[in-house]
Amino acid sequence: MGHALTALFRRELKIARRSGGGASTGVVFFLVLAAIFPFAVGPDLNLLARIGPAILWIATLLSMLLGLDRLFQADQEEGSLDLMLMSEAPLELIVLTKCAAHWLTTALPLVIVAPLFGLALAQDVPALGRVTLSLLAGTPALSLLGAVGAAVTVSLRRGGLLMAVLVLPLTIPVLIFGVSAAGAGAADPVPFAAPFAILCALTLAAVAGAPFAAAAALRYGGE
Amino acid sequence: MRLEVTEIRVERGGRRVLEGLSCVIEPGEVLIVTGPNGSGKSTLLRALAGLLPLAGGRIAVTGDADDARSVRELAHYVGHADGNKISLTAGENLAFWAAMLGVRAGRGGALPVAEAVGAFGLQAIAELPVAMLSAGQRRRIALARLLVAARPLWLLDEPMTALDAAAQARLLQHMLMHLDQGGIIVAATHAPLDMRNARHLALRH
Repeated sequence: MGHALTALFRRELKIARRSGGGASTGVVFFLVLAAIFPFAVGPDLNLLARIGPAILWIATLLSMLLGLDRLFQADQEEGSLDLMLMSEAPLELIVLTKCAAHWLTTALPLVIVAPLFGLALAQDVPALGRVTLSLLAGTPALSLLGAVGAAVTVSLRRGGLLMAVLVLPLTIPVLIFGVSAAGAGAADPVPFAAPFAILCALTLAAVAGAPFAAAAALRYGGE
Repeated sequence: MRLEVTEIRVERGGRRVLEGLSCVIEPGEVLIVTGPNGSGKSTLLRALAGLLPLAGGRIAVTGDADDARSVRELAHYVGHADGNKISLTAGENLAFWAAMLGVRAGRGGALPVAEAVGAFGLQAIAELPVAMLSAGQRRRIALARLLVAARPLWLLDEPMTALDAAAQARLLQHMLMHLDQGGIIVAATHAPLDMRNARHLALRH
C-alpha cells in the first residue's frame, strides 16, 4: 500500500513538472495580484504595510484555487480515477497523497516567494517572517479544503467557478487566523502564538477530516 | 476462484438498467456479453468492477477462503477511457499502474513492465509521451496493464476497439493464457470473439 502511494506521489510530481506551467503560472498570478493591490490602495505606505499580510494571504488563496478543479477531474476524464478506486490502497489515503503533491507543487512555491513579494508591500523583516510562517502552516488546509470542492465538482464540466464558490466560504477560518497571525504586532497587540496555534489546529483538522469528505464525494461522483 | 452474480439490479439516474441478472462463472471461463447499444453492457462491467452501486442482489467471489480481497481489488477493468496520463510515457504509466494495482508481496504472477511492453509490441514507443501516440497504441498500453499487475478477474469493455489485426491476435492469445491459468474474463463486445470455454450473455433493452 505504501508502495502504491509512493508511486502515486512521484507520478503527481512528474506530471506537474512535465505538463509545465503549474507552479510557475501560479507564482506569476500571485505576483500580478500582489502588484495590483498597491495601485488600488494608493500611495499610502503605512496603510500598505498594515494590510500587506492580508494581501499576501488573499493572493495565495486565489493562486491556489487556479487549476484546483483539475485535481481529480483530469483523472476522472482519462479513466484513472476508476482504476484508483480499484486499488488496494484506501481512497482516503489516495486523496491525502494527491493533496500532499498538490501542496508541494502549488503552495510551497508561493510560500517561498511570499517574503520576496512582501518586500514590495512595505513589510519589515519580522512581518515577513510571520507571514511566511503563517502561510506555511495554513496552506495545507487550503489544499485539503480545495480537494473537497474538487471532489464534489469532479463530474461537472466547467466546474471551476462552482468549486471556487463552494470552497472560498470554507476557507474563511483559515484566512482569519492566518492573517491574524501574520499581522500580529503590526498595529494591534495580538500575540503571534495564539492565532498561529489555532491556524495549525485548523490544518490538522483538515488533514483529519477533508480526505474522508473528498473520498466520499468521489465514490458518489463515480455513479 | 469463481464469480457469482446473484439477481443484481443496477439503476442509473433513477432509471433501471439491469434487473434480475444472475450467473456463475467458473475459473478458466469467459463470459461474452453482447447486446445493442445502450443495453447495459458497460453498466454491467462497471457494476462488476465495483464502480457502480447495486440497487439489489450481490456480486461475490468464492473459492479462496484466505483471500479477503473484495471483487474490486481482484478485478482489472479496461473501459472506454484508457487511464493513461498523456504527459507520461507508456512505460511510466505502466510502472505506475503496476504499483497501484499490484498485489501485496507474495502474490506474484505479474510481468515486469519491460516484458508487458514487449507482449503488446510497444517496445518502440515505450519512451514516448502518450500524447504522441495513436488511439490503437493507447489502447495497447491500457491492455498491457492487465499483465503488469496480476488480478484473476478481467473486465474488458470492447477490448478490440481501435486494435489492428496483429494486436487483436496478441490480445486473444493473452486472454487464452489468462484462462489457462484459471482466470476469469468478462468481455463486452460487438465483434465475435473466437474463444473456447465461452459462455454468452445477450442483454436486451
